[in-house]
Amino acid sequence: MDRREMEISRREFFQKAALSGTLLFIIGPKVKDSVAQVTESGETITHHYAMGIQVDKCIGCGRCVNGCKIENNVPREPFFYRTWIERYVITVDGDVVVDSPDGGISGFPETKEKDAILRSFFIPKLCNHCANPPCVQVCPVGATFSTEEGVVLVDKDYCIGCRYCIQACPYGARFLNPETKTADKCTFCYHRLAKGLVPACVEVCPTRARIFGEIGVRSSQLTRFMRFNELQVLKPDLNTEPRVFYANLDGAVK
Amino acid sequence: MDIIRKIWNALPFPDQTKRLLIIFVFFITGWLVVRHHLVPPTFGQRGYYRAAAVDSIAALPISFVGQSQCVECHVDEGAVKTASYHRDVSCEVCHGPGAKHLDDPSANSLLPAKERTLCTVCHSYTASKPTGFPQIEPLTHNPADPCIKCHNPHDPKPPTTPSACGACHGEIARTKSVSHHASLECTFCHQTQELHKISPRAAIPGKPANRDFCGGCHSRSADSPKEIPRVDMDSHGDGHLCWQCHYPHYPEAL
Repeated sequence: MDRREMEISRREFFQKAALSGTLLFIIGPKVKDSVAQVTESGETITHHYAMGIQVDKCIGCGRCVNGCKIENNVPREPFFYRTWIERYVITVDGDVVVDSPDGGISGFPETKEKDAILRSFFIPKLCNHCANPPCVQVCPVGATFSTEEGVVLVDKDYCIGCRYCIQACPYGARFLNPETKTADKCTFCYHRLAKGLVPACVEVCPTRARIFGEIGVRSSQLTRFMRFNELQVLKPDLNTEPRVFYANLDGAVK
Repeated sequence: MDIIRKIWNALPFPDQTKRLLIIFVFFITGWLVVRHHLVPPTFGQRGYYRAAAVDSIAALPISFVGQSQCVECHVDEGAVKTASYHRDVSCEVCHGPGAKHLDDPSANSLLPAKERTLCTVCHSYTASKPTGFPQIEPLTHNPADPCIKCHNPHDPKPPTTPSACGACHGEIARTKSVSHHASLECTFCHQTQELHKISPRAAIPGKPANRDFCGGCHSRSADSPKEIPRVDMDSHGDGHLCWQCHYPHYPEAL
């Protein structure tokens, strides 16, 4: 074969390069979109679940912790939690003391003299279901992922228990389930959402400190909460874009 | 063999390229076969995860059915609770998860919810609880009695005077109950507004202002039962106020 036959002219090369580039540009995103947004039944998903937490309403009763354990069969002992409550005590000396005895499941025994406390409050915590989740990035097998609704889930049948995600989560929301030996975490009670219910912790919260709903749905409790409160998220500097929003969050909370 | 040889000769590449092509085809086919067997069937349908995992999580059974299900049958309780201070406390917070009860009400009854611990988990005093949330000290607040003896959990109300002064002022109530003043109601001496029960510091009860108040029973000229001890109000006590020497809640003490 003559070497000349293999050569293509400069004009031809640029033509082909431009054509294939255009094709890739058009087809590439199209393919990705069709995978990401259409369900099996063919309808487009519009849910964007989120939770609001009114810090000044939390009484630290631990009913959410208890309810979560019952609903999700989280082992009662050793003490692992999908959601837990932290008590912050800021003393008159300026110390910040954080504790969470047994995740707050049976309340908080008084530890400080009343006179030594400057201010004190409870912070319910759970998986923040980040829009930009570090745990999903590090999973080597694709066993943890964000669903189309923005819920971060763990595929326990596919998880290899390597604990990377537990290390990666900046909120300490993950643990290794001692029974399944796989990563475990809050699912926003995905199985309840699928049945039109709210998460168990929201259902049992006696003071409505937790509010659940969808971002962007008008006339909902969550929209009202987000409209009328000054919202904060935990560790905003990490750019994880949490979907758990706190109202009246104290600056001492980390 | 001749056909293969013909195809081999017909291909417009040099021989060494054709041999390389065979190795490529072999490896690619092998890789496809291995991939087919190792990657789970639904992996990648919706993203970099098993789509089947979402469905299996969504299909998990629920434990908490939600208040709206309870009041379908328990209409009366629902109606009372909806108008009460406990309207935000879901039934299942105290009575436990109701999914089994909903399936077969007669075979699976729920907790009667009569223990004090169910109330104190929220209402026991902790400095960290938000201001205004009703709290008691369980060790001094009628420790032997179940809460439901005085309070209706479906319609809790601030208790009424005078029997319930001891709910907060337990130490005084117990002291007075063994004194000669046991039969006197608290309101005999302390003018108490209704508001005091809801907001104790906004309406502080009155106290006797002078000696004449005690003299109403204890002076020689008082119109009171004759077994009540009498003093000469003009000479007794050198003009000191009565409670500078006598403790009105336990007057026989010296």
